[in-house]
Amino acid sequence: MPDQLLFAIEVTLNGLMAGVLYALVALGFVLIFKASGIFNYAQGVMALFAALTLVGIMEGQVPFEHLINVTFGTEIHGFGWEVPALLAILLTMVVMVLFAWAVNWIVLRHLVNQEPIILFMATIGLAYFLEGLGDMMWGSDIKTLDVGLPQGINTWIDETTFNAFGYGFFIDNLDLVATLIAILLVAALVAFSQYTKQGRALRAVADDHQAALSVGISLNFIWVLTWSIAGFVALVAGIMWGAKSGVQFSLSLIALKALPVLMLGGFTSIPGAIVGGLIIGVGEKLFEFLIGPLVGGATENWFAYVLALIFLVFRPQGLFGEKIIERV
Amino acid sequence: MLYREAGDFKTSYEADGQTFPIRLDRRGYYAILVMALAVVPFVLNDYWVNAVFLPFLIYAIAALGLNILTGYCGQVSLGTGGFMAVGAYSVYKLMTAFPEISIAIHVVLAGLITALVGVLFGLPSLRIKGFYLAVATLAAQFFLVWLFNRVPWFYNYSASGQISAPERTLLGYRITGPETQAWAVYLFCLVFLVASAWIARNLTRGSVGRKWMAIRDMDIAAEIIGVNPLTAKLSAFAVSSFFVGISGALFFAVYLGAVEVGEAFGINKSFLVLFMIIIGGLGSIFGSFAGAAFMVLMPVFLKNVLVGGLGWPTDLAAHLEFMIVGALIILFLVLEPHGLAQLWRMTKEKLRLWPFPH
Amino acid sequence: MKLKLATLALGTALAAGPAMAELVFPSLSYRTGPYAANGIPFADGYADYLTLVNERDGGIGGEKINMIECETGYNTEKGVECYESTKSQGALVYQPLSTGITYQLIPKATADGIPIHSLGYGRTSAKNGKVFSHVFNYPANYWDGASIAVKHLLDENGGDLSSKTIALIYHNSAYGKEPIRTLEELSEKHNFDLTLLPVDHPGQEQKSQWLQIRREKPDYVLMWGWGVMNQVAIQEAANIRYPMDQFIGIWWSGSENDVKPAGKAADGYKALNFHAPGDDFAVYDALEEHVWSAGKGAGAGDQKGTVLYNRGLYAAMLAVEAARKAQEIHGTMQIDASMMRDGLEQLSMTEAKMEELGLKDFGPTFEASCENHGGSGKAAVNQWDAESGTWEVITDYIQSDQEVLDALIEEDSAAYAAENNIEQSCS
Repeated sequence: MPDQLLFAIEVTLNGLMAGVLYALVALGFVLIFKASGIFNYAQGVMALFAALTLVGIMEGQVPFEHLINVTFGTEIHGFGWEVPALLAILLTMVVMVLFAWAVNWIVLRHLVNQEPIILFMATIGLAYFLEGLGDMMWGSDIKTLDVGLPQGINTWIDETTFNAFGYGFFIDNLDLVATLIAILLVAALVAFSQYTKQGRALRAVADDHQAALSVGISLNFIWVLTWSIAGFVALVAGIMWGAKSGVQFSLSLIALKALPVLMLGGFTSIPGAIVGGLIIGVGEKLFEFLIGPLVGGATENWFAYVLALIFLVFRPQGLFGEKIIERV
Repeated sequence: MLYREAGDFKTSYEADGQTFPIRLDRRGYYAILVMALAVVPFVLNDYWVNAVFLPFLIYAIAALGLNILTGYCGQVSLGTGGFMAVGAYSVYKLMTAFPEISIAIHVVLAGLITALVGVLFGLPSLRIKGFYLAVATLAAQFFLVWLFNRVPWFYNYSASGQISAPERTLLGYRITGPETQAWAVYLFCLVFLVASAWIARNLTRGSVGRKWMAIRDMDIAAEIIGVNPLTAKLSAFAVSSFFVGISGALFFAVYLGAVEVGEAFGINKSFLVLFMIIIGGLGSIFGSFAGAAFMVLMPVFLKNVLVGGLGWPTDLAAHLEFMIVGALIILFLVLEPHGLAQLWRMTKEKLRLWPFPH
Repeated sequence: MKLKLATLALGTALAAGPAMAELVFPSLSYRTGPYAANGIPFADGYADYLTLVNERDGGIGGEKINMIECETGYNTEKGVECYESTKSQGALVYQPLSTGITYQLIPKATADGIPIHSLGYGRTSAKNGKVFSHVFNYPANYWDGASIAVKHLLDENGGDLSSKTIALIYHNSAYGKEPIRTLEELSEKHNFDLTLLPVDHPGQEQKSQWLQIRREKPDYVLMWGWGVMNQVAIQEAANIRYPMDQFIGIWWSGSENDVKPAGKAADGYKALNFHAPGDDFAVYDALEEHVWSAGKGAGAGDQKGTVLYNRGLYAAMLAVEAARKAQEIHGTMQIDASMMRDGLEQLSMTEAKMEELGLKDFGPTFEASCENHGGSGKAAVNQWDAESGTWEVITDYIQSDQEVLDALIEEDSAAYAAENNIEQSCS
């Protein structure tokens, strides 16, 4: 096969993998939007906060260390223990559930039945708050996150393809793991929403708040549940991205990578998020590979949005979004 | 008691339809205008102008612009940063290409150029709605920033890729460049803000504004009663971008003097201006002012209190600042979801009846 | 409007009057925001050294230093606020610590007569003191950096780089684009091929760029990265098994923060540096005695000896020495900003002086003058040793190719002078 074609295939495969990572972030948005009609701007910051908490717990950091030291003149530097990764993930999950509960009771309960833009604004406030809180609790230095995920080129794929085509493909082990986790996550979500009582209740709420309320489903419980699940998804996304770059402030910017995915896939569809992620991932990588050199490169940031925009012009509700029915 | 409308009779339609029908409001407005134009310039120093007034005035213009599009016409836009960049780069190209023409004219021209670009990127709004449109305008944001970073013609092939404003004067007073007088730049921006607010106010209560609001409230219904969505939406994009472009031009030329597109006009700017109008109040001229004031003044105020007043370490203060601003946003929304403008309206209602509420 | 007036009243009450009779050194730090991890050590180092001078020597020539810290969050608008709020208090010299703020302050501070010291960042052509009277960027600038990296590669290849390819992976911003002109000139001079790979802000996703590097196999990769881009680039380089010792970063891509997230894989990564890493200096004993054990250290105190802490220390040391010089020139202890400018312009760092300060071989020697605000243009190559978690200095200070750079600096500064009607002169 000609080299260009091989390269293009490699780029496509890597684009698919990148797409999975985008989809992971987008999934969190979709879950909350579906269940409560809230466009959760804080999703990126939640990923950052979850990852910060995870590292903090693993390394035995004392929350608010700097604040305590400054206020009381103490010299605290960590508890001095280390928590195994799995236990730390569980503890972080507890924190995220508490967070979901707090968000529901302090913020959302008071904003029932408001317009979407108001709810959107509330999540912006939440994002600001969480950003400050995360930094204050755990400090703003870059933290190394090591939960034992493999990283680096997959040697087996490299060798196999080299023997077959004379050019070894590069696939990152971390991306493979991410793909696996994403598949498990989506399968678990589908199973949960199809086969459990709470899952059915969740779908009922997503369909029609008032009807669900009238058959005795607790909206509060469902919302805490969705925010907890979104918190869990944020944690997974935070681990995946944090393993690459260390856990730091910029982690909250991954939300920007998820927005075109949402546009493309539709705000209300889980399969949409996955397919949208894949299309965006492949599209932007291929464009950078084929057209990028002609226009000077670094096109990925805007190309994802332009691609989504072109799709939207033909399908204004996204690929899998619910058809917008307008009545006067 | 203090605030009342009893005895304030109108004898003509003009008087009844004016912006401030209540005498007390009107007087208050003129008093503030006189204060801003004739008193404030004399007591200003560099700190107040550069840290507080210039950002407030310039962001207020941007917020006015975005409020026309989002608040009045219902088209959520996250392209504000990109459109501000268009204004900034237009004014830079104009300033350097035609140094002999007045800077005031350049700023207006920059606004017009931005209006054109805005219309272009507004075209998808005819198909795409709601949050989908918001994200679609992000395409404009990222593409424009990339373009200005990429094409050297825009920054006159300078080695660093930054643009910096050369010195220009108006009526003999320096408006741009390093050696400006605090009061001169303040007045320059204030005049633009007052003019923008005046235009915005009169547009929004005229037939154009009513068309925008009809589109916002329900576009299909509006179409049926004869509002052309094409012209209504695109005119909103044009007017909005015009103001945003002016604010971008002032932001670069008068306020910062040197900018780099990615840093100064990034996505954060788009979000910031959107926050301003939501906190201030969608579809309200006063709301644009209040929101800009909140988002500009609050951090400066908190910083001065926490670091200057209480002597906190700067990093803790900055973190706390974030938490307080976030908590305040939520608090305002819980108390009054329709922004500061609605709070102000309600205060006025209460004041009207005070001290005898029944 | 009402809100504005209320805060006006409150704010005026809070803005304290200028405190005279001390030396004011503002520190425009960024301990928050996307680049906080780099801002914290620098700010700590800067603060600790000034505290040391105050505690041990009772200030500079008997005048206490008053350091005013102001948080910019790496944001230009906040930087303006910080500049305005500190300049009225008698600020002597600014370290803007961000490309955006530096460019913004160059004309402003020059008009206000306050010098700027942008240590290894900011506007490169500010080296030409005839145009930029109040801006100093010694000991080295970005173009020096590009040239030094190429020199180092020349040394490694026996002076011949022809038919080699060098890729530059850079942050797609003013900062990242700085070395391109220089590298293009050098590629003509030394006959190597140059590939440019821009990465858009913030740089979390660099798969395309590194796949390209893997396909094209450039002999060397240079990096002008910042923030999260550094960590991701080093991780991706490790992922494609790019030989780390052929990967060289500029000094802002060469701190512990940048290599640690990649763990063992980052071993062998090289970066330029214009001062020494580590804590093996006499001044550290003094710091321990007078600052840390006295509980007067800045920040959390966990940054000692890191590259960026040392950089802050170095910046503070140069500022203090310049102030001393200014006192000497003008024969007064209470110097103002214009005297400070003279001190910065006549500063000379010799080995003897650095040894006396407890910083033997800490930085290159240089002598500033009116024509040269940029120092000697020397930097050394450091290499990361993941095993011990330290940076090793593997070369002497390498001199950049002044022949190529001088012409470029002359050209760029002349363009600035023409644009802003500045007459080139040395008074």
